[in-house]
Formats: sequence, structure tokens, C-alpha cells
Amino acid sequence: MYPFKYHRPTSLEEAASLYNGSDDPVYLSGGMTLIPTMKQRLAAPADVIDLSGIESLTGISVKGDKLTIGAFTTHAAVMASADVRKHIPVLAYLAAQIGDAQVRNRGTIGGSVANSDPSADYPAAIVSLGTTIHCQNRSIDGTEFFKDLFETALEPGEIITSIEFSMPTRAAYRKFPNPASRYAVVGVLVADFGGSIRVGVTGAGPCACRASGMEKVLNDNLKPAAIDAVEVPDAGFNSDLHASAEYRAHLVKVMAKRAVAAMLEG
Amino acid sequence: MSNADTGIGASVKRREDLRFITGEGTYTDDLNQPGQTYAAFVRSPYARARIDAIDVSDALNVDGVIMILTGADMAADGLGDLPCGWMVKQKDGSDMVTAPHPPLATELVNYVGEPYALVIADSRHAARQGAEAVMTDFHELNPVVNLASAAQSEQIHAGIPDNRAYDWELGDKPATEAALAGAAHITRLDLINNRLIPNAMEPRAALGVYEKGTGDYTLYTTSQNPHLERLVLSAFVQVAPEHKLRVVAPDVGGGFGSKIFVYAEETAVIWAAAKVGRPVKWVADRSESFLADAHGRDHVTHVELGLDQSGRFVGLKVQTTANLGAYLSLFGSAVPTYLYGTLLAGQYRTPNIYVEVQGVYTNTSPVDAYRGAGRPEATYVLERVVETAARELGRDPADLRRMNMIQPGDFPYQTPVALVYDIGDYEASLDRALEAIDYQGFPARRIASKDQGKRRGIGFACYIEACGLAPSQLAIQLGAGVGLYESGEIRLNPTGNATVFTGSHSHGQGHETTFAQIVSDKLGIPFDDVEVVHGDTGRVEFGLGTYGSRSLAVGGSALMMAGDKIIAKGRRIAAHLMQASVDDVSFEDGKFLLAASNQSVTIQEVAFAAYVPTSYPEDLEPGLSEKAFYDPKNFTYPAGTHIAEVEIDEATGEVDLVALVAVDDFGEIINPMIVEGQVHGGLAQGVGQALLEHGIYDEQGQLVTGSLMDYCMPRADNLPDFIVDTTITPCTHNPLGAKGCGEAGAIGSTAAVMNAVTDALGVKDLSMPATSEKVWRILKGE
Ligand SMILES: Cc1cc2nc3c(=O)[nH]c(=O)nc-3n(C[C@H](O)[C@H](O)[C@H](O)COP(=O)(O)OP(=O)(O)OC[C@H]3O[C@@H](n4cnc5c(N)ncnc54)[C@H](O)[C@@H]3O)c2cc1C
Repeated sequence: MYPFKYHRPTSLEEAASLYNGSDDPVYLSGGMTLIPTMKQRLAAPADVIDLSGIESLTGISVKGDKLTIGAFTTHAAVMASADVRKHIPVLAYLAAQIGDAQVRNRGTIGGSVANSDPSADYPAAIVSLGTTIHCQNRSIDGTEFFKDLFETALEPGEIITSIEFSMPTRAAYRKFPNPASRYAVVGVLVADFGGSIRVGVTGAGPCACRASGMEKVLNDNLKPAAIDAVEVPDAGFNSDLHASAEYRAHLVKVMAKRAVAAMLEG
Repeated sequence: MSNADTGIGASVKRREDLRFITGEGTYTDDLNQPGQTYAAFVRSPYARARIDAIDVSDALNVDGVIMILTGADMAADGLGDLPCGWMVKQKDGSDMVTAPHPPLATELVNYVGEPYALVIADSRHAARQGAEAVMTDFHELNPVVNLASAAQSEQIHAGIPDNRAYDWELGDKPATEAALAGAAHITRLDLINNRLIPNAMEPRAALGVYEKGTGDYTLYTTSQNPHLERLVLSAFVQVAPEHKLRVVAPDVGGGFGSKIFVYAEETAVIWAAAKVGRPVKWVADRSESFLADAHGRDHVTHVELGLDQSGRFVGLKVQTTANLGAYLSLFGSAVPTYLYGTLLAGQYRTPNIYVEVQGVYTNTSPVDAYRGAGRPEATYVLERVVETAARELGRDPADLRRMNMIQPGDFPYQTPVALVYDIGDYEASLDRALEAIDYQGFPARRIASKDQGKRRGIGFACYIEACGLAPSQLAIQLGAGVGLYESGEIRLNPTGNATVFTGSHSHGQGHETTFAQIVSDKLGIPFDDVEVVHGDTGRVEFGLGTYGSRSLAVGGSALMMAGDKIIAKGRRIAAHLMQASVDDVSFEDGKFLLAASNQSVTIQEVAFAAYVPTSYPEDLEPGLSEKAFYDPKNFTYPAGTHIAEVEIDEATGEVDLVALVAVDDFGEIINPMIVEGQVHGGLAQGVGQALLEHGIYDEQGQLVTGSLMDYCMPRADNLPDFIVDTTITPCTHNPLGAKGCGEAGAIGSTAAVMNAVTDALGVKDLSMPATSEKVWRILKGE
């Protein structure tokens, strides 16, 4: 690790001003992505601004038909939350699939979403669960948040403060884990919003996206077999040591079918 | 006194575990010395390049950097090369061709991660900063990465054409070829044994200390064999003479073979300690371990098995190309030859066997022994081809093996590939394993799986292995550079407890418990009164360390011999104390007895008398401390049957290992719980090779699987509940009747799992690891 200055602001304003005052700043949330990168000397920020001191970033609340999760909330907290389990059980299930216990105890939803790792799990939920990403001064629609490999709609210095989720009537997530890292080779979340089906896919392409073709056939015929008719071209899909683009395209369909089946079984 | 709970055969809990699981172990990185400095290695970013210039001026200006040493500095100090400890003779009788292996590269670098300089600094951080600031002009050369075409590629080392270190053979070629020509059926297979990267939990580390006042060197390092380390460093590298060098291997967190070898890093660290005049410490990080630990396996093989009309094996021919990496590591030459070719008879009476092995250099990390070392590779070849033959002939794979097995009446059995098996009962293990897996029920289970979109397969491996490499004289004739005996010493202290010294080294095997059980049982003293000392050339007389599942069979036997000497001397002392003749004194359960008078003295009383000789035999030396060197007469031959059952998800290609049975014959067992633990660990590694692990270099020789995010180690959820059991035929030639259990799990299971996968898929072969995508492509008909 290269030397850096560590800061622990207690308000969003302080965090932003620290950020603006530095030549090479970075926000630190759970550190499960950032710290390993720094340890491998692949990142050398001058100032590390730890968000853990900002109380307003943590917590889960329900208001009307929305559930809101603070950016600094850990995967473990999401997994264990009674509110999440009651209103969006698929989210608790998804959080439980992330990494291992240590990672879940440190890693946060804000960090995961801000990072836009192509194989992260949460993004499948962000694009499919009618979400709004709240930042200090604006809000971004979840379907417009992920731009590319590790790229999001966030402006430099912008902090995700919380994420607001709509509540599907039912939903299911199925993930094909990378055997080594346990990240998603492919993950598919299928959600039913009172007859309107949304499908979020992570792992396959450079960033998470909705699968409109699948949504269309499922809206007509909500059965796993309906997916068979959908073409999933592998153009632009990721291809690496663990899975070719072609295999990923195949897995998208398999995981989608399994998610639909799981959702129907309840 | 009864030792039923702690003696031989008792599942005593491992006494060392308390310190390990409470964070109280003392690993090399836990040791610190006053004034200590830190080393960071400067490593080659290229697989093959010429070093044109090294500019250290910027690096020397980094805050905290004390000294920078290069390969040239080392050469100037007259340090020798890292040797290969086994000289393999080629087919034509000539010696293998060894490329010089300077600890720090000087003119050429030959694999990514090869060290060519080290930076010594006040802090770990400064050392790293310094290493990054070293500016090197490299002239890149074309790397040789592909094993199969290495012989036709550019020459890596001067004077070594075809990149071939040796062309070796064993067995009768004409007889084998004639047998194959006359065979009713020949089964042929082309196999790849995938490269593995060991990944011990504790990375390698070294702390070198030099005392100016005395000229003494002490090296603390992660070694499986500190005496061998000292021998190599003094005799070959010539860092310091043997009597001025102490090597300590404190608690070591796993080795799996990778910590047998003498590496560049500890060599450089102990040398640098004298140059800097302060202790020097280096601890590898995981990325360095991936690049610079010796890797394992990596063979390409063509095999042919000939059978007669009835299914009897008549001939076996094996042609293997073994990847040695960029340099010959300490035992890198022996693993694919004497530890591989000699095992190809397996459990069978195949009368004609011929094997030839080309050992080839490539621009990759050196390859050497990894858990099983040659025997897993041999088992893989033989058990895959036997299973394939059964399928081709429509025979039951268990029956075909059974009809070819060496029978209990055949021992001692001379194989056509040099070894003489002393004892075994292979069908006993096979029968037990068939029962444990419920072989009868398999067809029904296969149908049940099919109904759920899953393909089920079953696979066997009836392996043999050879432990406790021996005997010394024969091994030395065959090219070994050292003997293969082990030392043991028992010191009975005046108060009657015992300090036991062994040349074996425990880095996870539990010797502190097992060896205490042996001595406690042998001398009838309480288990808690026995302390086992290992891993320090300053305390233990000599030793060859722990590898090849040799510790119990060889090191344990040495302790039995030392115990006999203690008892023999004790009888003389006891006879004197009881005023009887030595011949009338017997020893049992810690007591010297005089049958006639029902008199007895305890071993503790005898020990006291030996040190406080108030009343003592006139012609006897005081003290009660005895040592022994045990040189085995033969290898030991553990054997067994492993059976795997897999279920394959037809939609994704995922392989789920649903059952794994291991029935092993390890001879007599000292601690069944520890044996079971060793088997579990071995099985996990064997399964890892079959399904998950693969060390991959790209065409440029960059290690693609250089982290645990890409190199897939097996985890608990990849494994079923193992069913393990043992059968026993006691080893005929050592005093414990023990054979060795450390590697068997990794030797049999890989072939069993791959036989199950190919059975489920109905294909002849697929290369390991059987990843989901590979399996999916086969299911798709590709
Ligand atoms: C071994 C391992 C296994 C893993 N497995 C999985 C897995 O299976 N699935 C999965 O989805 N993930 C996995 N992860 C990643 C894990 O979920 C991380 O926690 C997550 O990607 C990042 O969250 P974090 O809180 O640790 O963020 P950090 O590492 O602290 O930050 C990540 C990035 O986001 C930025 N950032 C953080 N918070 C904010 C914010 N509020 N606003 C703006 N920017 C912010 C940081 O500046 C940084 O660039 C794994 C990680 C590890 C180490």
C-alpha cells in the first residue's frame, strides 16, 4: 500500500469539502473492494475519506410502498433486516449470496452499487426493482445508473446516500457463482410488480441491465419455458478465464428460467 | 499404568492445536529481532528476457532503503547455484542436463517472478518502494510456454538443445511393445495432468540473523526440512559452513511439498544479513507465492494398455512429457521419473511395463513435488486407462480391476518397474469401498438423477503409492544426493519425563501428538510427560524432514529404535537396583520386572538412578539418553480404493461431487483421528485438481491465475461428507508396521473423480479441471 491521508468526516458536507480539497481523493465505504486494490498497489489515492462516520448513511426504513437502505448498510445487515425480509425478501436472499461472511460483514450496498463491478450481485436488483439512487443533491433512476464497466452516472465527488426500492409482489434471484471468487458469472433477478415483469441481469455484460426481451415474453406467459423462445445474443458479453461470452449467454437463460420457477413456487 | 487413551491406536486430540487455534503459534513472521531490516525482491515482469542494465540510483534514494543487492553482487561473493538434488540418468546413460540456477538471476530471467535483486530497508514499506524504484533495461525474448511444443521452440538455456533436461526410461521396451502387438485389445488415452499451485496457508518467509562476534548465522524459515536446508546452503550455495549455520523452522502453516525446496529468497536473506550487519526479514505475500513457489504436476501423457481376450493386462506403455519449469528445483528431476514411472504397475500384475519421460524446460515457475509428487500423476494415468479399458470392453470396472490385482499370496511382489511391494490386500479395500458407496444401488441412483435433469456417474481409482523413499544406498545409486534415513533421540530427564528429538518436521501433520504417543506407549510413561522437539538444527542432531509421507514410517521407526536402546540400558540399571541378573529383567508398561521375585522398578526410578548414580553398575555410563538413525529397507506401500460419484447439471454443466469413498491401507495406525484428518485434506486437494484448480500461463508466460480470485482452491461447500475407512496389512519391514497416510487422499481421488465425470458424460476424456463450461460444451455435443 502506498501512503495516503486518512479522513473520517461526520457529515456529507465535510466529506464533500475534503473531496474537493484533494488532488486525488477516494471515498471509503466497507473497503472490501478498495482496500485490496490499494494493497496490491493498483490504486494510490492521496486522501482516503472514510464514510463510516456519517450516521445518516446507515439504516433501513420503510415508508409507504418504498423501502430505503442507507448506502453504508452492510450486506449482512440487509440479509438480517426484518423489514427487508418482510417487504423485499429477494433482496435479503441476494445479499446472502455475496462473497463470504467476512465480506458481508464489511461490504456495503452503497460501495457495491457505486463500484459497478460487472459481476456484482446488487446491480441486478438496482435495475429491476424500481429503484432510485439518492445522492447529496440529486436522485438517479436505477435503470439509468450503470453506464459501463466500473462506470456509473455518479459525478466525481458525488456520494450515494441511500437507495430506495419499490416492493415487488414477488421476485426471485438466481446466481451462477464464479467458483473461485464467488462473484456472479451471471445473476438474474425476476420481479413481478402486479403483473408487470422486470428482469435484471448482472455478470453477463459490462454492467447490469434489464432484459427487455425476456420481460416481454414473460408478461405474456409467465412460465420458465417461455424463456426458451428468447434469443440472448452474446455480442458484447464478458469473456474470461471462467466463462466465455457464449456460455454466459446460455447461463442468462438458465438462471432466468430458474428465477422464474423459484418465483412461481414462492 | 494404562495408556489406552493416549497410546498407539488412540485418537488423542492434537496437542499443538490449542496454540494454533488460539493464535499462539510462532510462525516465522511472528519472530522479530532487534535492529531488524526488511527485504523486498525485485522480480522479473517477463517470462524470458535479457537483463541489459540495472539502475539502482533512484531506489537507493528512497527513504529508508539501506542496501540493494543484485545477482552480480551474489556472484561476486562466490555464492553457488541452487542445486537439483537428484541426478537422473538418461536413456543413453548420460547425466541429465542441468541449467545453472543462480539464486538471483544475473544475465537472463526465465520466468515471471524470478528474483534478480533485493532491496533492504528499515521498513517493509520502504523495501517495497525501493524495489519499485529499481530501473531495469530488459531485452525481451520469445518465451517458451507451451509444454507440448517446448522441444520445438527456441532454446532457453545455453547448451540444452530441445529444452530437454533428460530423456529417461524405465522398464522393458521390446517386451512391452511385443506384448502390445499381441494384445487382443489396446486402450489408448491422451492425458493432461494440470499444473497446480500449492497455496499453503502460511506463505513462505525467512528471517536471517548474523552474529558478528561469533560468525554464527541463524536462519528462521518456513521449511519442511531444516537440516536439508542447512546442508544445501552450506555445501552447495556456500553461504556459511554447516557448523556455523543454524536453521530453525518454527511453526509452519502447511507445505504440501512446496516448502521442501531451498529457494532463492531465504538464500538471499541469510547472505544479506551478514552484508547489512543487521537481521533481514522477508515474508511473501500471496501474489509472490503464486509466482515464486514451486508448482506441481503439469504432464502431457500418451498411454496404451494392452489386454488379452479374458481382460488380463498384458502390457502398459506410457510416454510422458513433464514440465520442469525454468530451472530444476531441488527434487524437480526425481518427481516425474523415480516417483512416477516406478508406480505404474499400480495394484496389478501387468507383466510388461515401459515408460519414457522427457523432462522439459519452459519459461514458467519451477515445478517440483506437490502432495503426492509423481504418484498422483502415475495413478491418474493408470486408473484412467484401466477404467477406459473396462468401458471399451463392456466390463464392470471393479471386476476388471479385481481380476488383474496382485493377490495376497504374491507378496513380496517384484513389479516390472523396479519396486518390490512387501504386502497388501487390494481386494479387501475394494470390497469395503464398494460396500460403502453402495455400488449395487448405483443404477437406481443414476435413474433417479436422470429424472431430475442430472447425469450421474461413478468412478474408481485403485491406487498404490510408495512412501518413505528408501533405502539410502539404492536411492543414491539412482541419483539421490542425500540419504533417506531419519534420526530420533529420546532423552529421559532425571525426573522421569522425556524430551524427544526428531529429524522429521511437523507443519500440520500433528507429530507433536503422534510421536508423543509412540514414545509414551513404548516406554510406558504418561503422554503428558513426553515433549517432542523438531525443526531446529540447533537442537535436533540431524534429519531429513517431512515429505513423501515418510515421517511416521521412518522418523517414528527411529524413535522406536531409540526406545529399544533406552530399555536395554534401563534393564542393566534396573538389574543393578534389584540386584538381579540382566537376563532376568523384563520390561512392560513402564516397569522393569523381575518375574521370580515379583520385584519391579519404574522407568522413572531407573532414570533418576541414571543421573544420580548412588547405586549404579560399575561399567555403565551415567545418563539415559539414546538416539538412533533408522534407514528403511524398502519403501512402504499404502494402497486403497477411492470411489467417486458425481451428478452433472445438464443445464449448466456444473459437476456436483455427491459422494467420495476412500478406503485406505496405511498399515498400523497410531492415531486414527489424525489419519482421518490427513485423508480429508488429501481428498480435498485431489478433488481440487479434478474439478477446480488450474495454474494457467498465457502465451507471453504471464500467470493468469495469480490470485485466489482466479485460482480456485477447494472449499468445504465443494465437497461431500467423505466416507473414509481403513483396512490393515502391517508394513513388514519397520518396527511400527506403519506405511504413511499424508498423501494418499490426493493420490487416488483425482482419478476417481475424473472417471466419474467421464462416466456421467459418456466421453473418453476431458482435461482437468472439469469446469462447468467444459462440461457444458461436451453436453452440447462439441
Ligand atoms: C472475497 C470477496 C468476495 C466478494 N464476493 C462478492 C460477490 O459474490 N458479489 C458481490 O456483489 N460482491 C462481492 N464482493 C464485493 C463486495 O460486495 C464489496 O463490498 C463491494 O463491491 C464494495 O463495497 P464496499 O462497501 O466494500 O466498498 P469500498 O470498497 O469501500 O468502495 C468501493 C468503491 O465505491 C466507492 N464508494 C463507496 N461508497 C460510496 C458511496 N456511498 N458513494 C459513492 N462512492 C462510493 C469507493 O470510493 C470505491 O471506489 C466480494 C469482495 C471480496 C473481497
